[in-house]
Amino acid sequence: MVLKKLEVLILPLVSVFAAGLVGAILIFAVGENPLAVYWIFFKSSIFSINGIGYTLFYATPLIFTGLSVAFGFRCGLFNIGAEGQLYIAAMAVAITGIWMDGWSAWVVIPVCFVVSFVGGGIWGGIPGLLKAKFGGHEVINTIMMNMIAFALVNYLVVGPFHRKGTQILETEFIPEAARIPRIHELIPFIPKTLPLNMGFAIALLACLATYLILWKTRWGYEIRAVGISNSVSTYAGISVNKNMVLAMFIAGGFAGMVAISEVMGYRYTFHDSFSGGVGFIGIAVALLGRNHPVGVILAALLFGALIRGSLFLDLNFDNLSKDLVMVLQGIIVLFVATDKLFKKILSVFRIG
Amino acid sequence: MKKFLAVLALSFILSVQAWAEVRVGIVFDAGGKNDRSFNQSAWEGAQKARDELGIYLKDVEPGDSSAVEEAMRAFASEGYDLIFGIGFANATAIKNVGTEYPDVKFAIVDSVVDLPNVSSLVFKEHEASYLVGMIAAMRSRVVDGKRVVGFIGGMEIDLIKKFESGYKAGAQRIYPSIEVVINYVGNTPKAWNDPATAKEIAKAQMGKGASVIYAAAGGSGNGLFDALKEVNGRGPCFPKIKKGKRIDECIYAIGVDSNQNYIVPGQIVTSMLKRVDVAVFDTIRRLEAGKLTGGVNIYGLENNGVGYSVDKYNRKLITRKMEKVVNLFRKKIIAGDIQVPDKR
Repeated sequence: MVLKKLEVLILPLVSVFAAGLVGAILIFAVGENPLAVYWIFFKSSIFSINGIGYTLFYATPLIFTGLSVAFGFRCGLFNIGAEGQLYIAAMAVAITGIWMDGWSAWVVIPVCFVVSFVGGGIWGGIPGLLKAKFGGHEVINTIMMNMIAFALVNYLVVGPFHRKGTQILETEFIPEAARIPRIHELIPFIPKTLPLNMGFAIALLACLATYLILWKTRWGYEIRAVGISNSVSTYAGISVNKNMVLAMFIAGGFAGMVAISEVMGYRYTFHDSFSGGVGFIGIAVALLGRNHPVGVILAALLFGALIRGSLFLDLNFDNLSKDLVMVLQGIIVLFVATDKLFKKILSVFRIG
Repeated sequence: MKKFLAVLALSFILSVQAWAEVRVGIVFDAGGKNDRSFNQSAWEGAQKARDELGIYLKDVEPGDSSAVEEAMRAFASEGYDLIFGIGFANATAIKNVGTEYPDVKFAIVDSVVDLPNVSSLVFKEHEASYLVGMIAAMRSRVVDGKRVVGFIGGMEIDLIKKFESGYKAGAQRIYPSIEVVINYVGNTPKAWNDPATAKEIAKAQMGKGASVIYAAAGGSGNGLFDALKEVNGRGPCFPKIKKGKRIDECIYAIGVDSNQNYIVPGQIVTSMLKRVDVAVFDTIRRLEAGKLTGGVNIYGLENNGVGYSVDKYNRKLITRKMEKVVNLFRKKIIAGDIQVPDKR
């Protein structure tokens, strides 16, 4: 029993380690010293307050999108739409913030939180509804909803909500009252330039909430039951359709909460293509994190550290660019997906 | 004593090295440094400075805009002397980091940042576009009773409208009745790197009778060159003489930013040159000479900051007569006799 629990931890760790080895071979092949490269990763992402801060900052949206994908998986649904959901939510939050200019922060911030969750939730809920009502596959529909989301926010940021007098595609800035505090405002001796904000704490709370919902409530039990087997759930009197819609709504909501850290905590505006693909990296985070909130946090921290370190690859090495991180992420996902292989290797050891 | 001398010598060597080498960092735009266009031009200028002036050079291609600011901050905190931001999208980052590090010099291309330690490098693209507009009109032919030239812009912003207005005015200077078909690839940054859409637009413009098309669209311009190769076939395209009759079925393109003539030899009439490389090199040289101050530096026809290219690939497409006319107008613009519009 203990061994089985450990196995959950061991497999992702082995995957990461194996990916590191393969990465080292690649780095060696292009003529750099793998140890020096990995040292730069560690140094830039963990060994300074600034480094840790940026790692956490980059990890924050990944926790949200990782949670989103993981929540879908728990109900047997594959949410590829996190990217679209977070764009819709970010635009909705920016517009809400601009419209609520003059209101007190005690009203605006909670309203914006709700808008971010509901905005993403509706965008995720529609494919859930299509699946429940008509059996339309959620993979296809979430991808298509992504396209609609990109086109819609493009229209809004180019047209009616574009900030006048700039060539950069941004909306007006949201008022002070709609902004959540940066970490340096709360803790002294933190560099003022650090974009890390309260969004990180909210991400951790979201993980806690996910754990409580999925494992401590009847709803969560039903959602997990549907994820394991539709027919058994139906036999047990659980409404499969209702739970699919609910799971997709919540998954979309988590993705939408990216707007909290990015719009309310960092940019204070909707910036075109601000996400840089975190909705898709979220899939890798969920896979590596084994669809568990704690796993998602750990995986997001790893990926955040990789993103942080990538900048210093460009700065310090002539033959490497930041794209190495994408290669490493790809190898990690590959190894996580082929976990059966590792299980076989492990079982051989056990017998031996 | 010996030890003391050794330490003294060592510290002297170290300090001399620190003094000797000027360190320059460069942060690119979304296109990346090998876009065969705008960013690449900046990179070539920086490389030239490295080879000729012996500077220490490092570059970063940031994935997203939060990395831009952090990259500049990393350069500044490691004691770099000059940091370039390539493209208007980096203006916000330059403004923030430039305020934090008032002792470090910065330079921004295509935007104006009002700080004492920031040089803003801007170009009079409309002037050179005027000249290539004239070349386009002179190279064009009458199709179905109309004379048409095309313009493909990248992202529909004020910067590209400068290219558009100059080009249109130049073409109409030659033939006042000429029709200029204007299309844009898009209105988001994706438009800089969408050759497929640019190709569709090019084909549609050809359908409307456009015989010369100018693409000011960064990486998307490659779509125009693709369309060109499909219509003209491989190899240089020239009017043919058959049975004493002059048959002209060629369609030509005009490149942008870098000299793109080599991409499809004999089918690109000329390239409008925006010498980002000259501006970058110039800025580094002034830093070496200790003469770099903040403020706006304008690169136009008068200081060869913009222009058009003639090389072995397009020599036969530009006649002496065309060159004479264009040079005449070049002088007129420099002298201020002609005001080229930079807005619609």
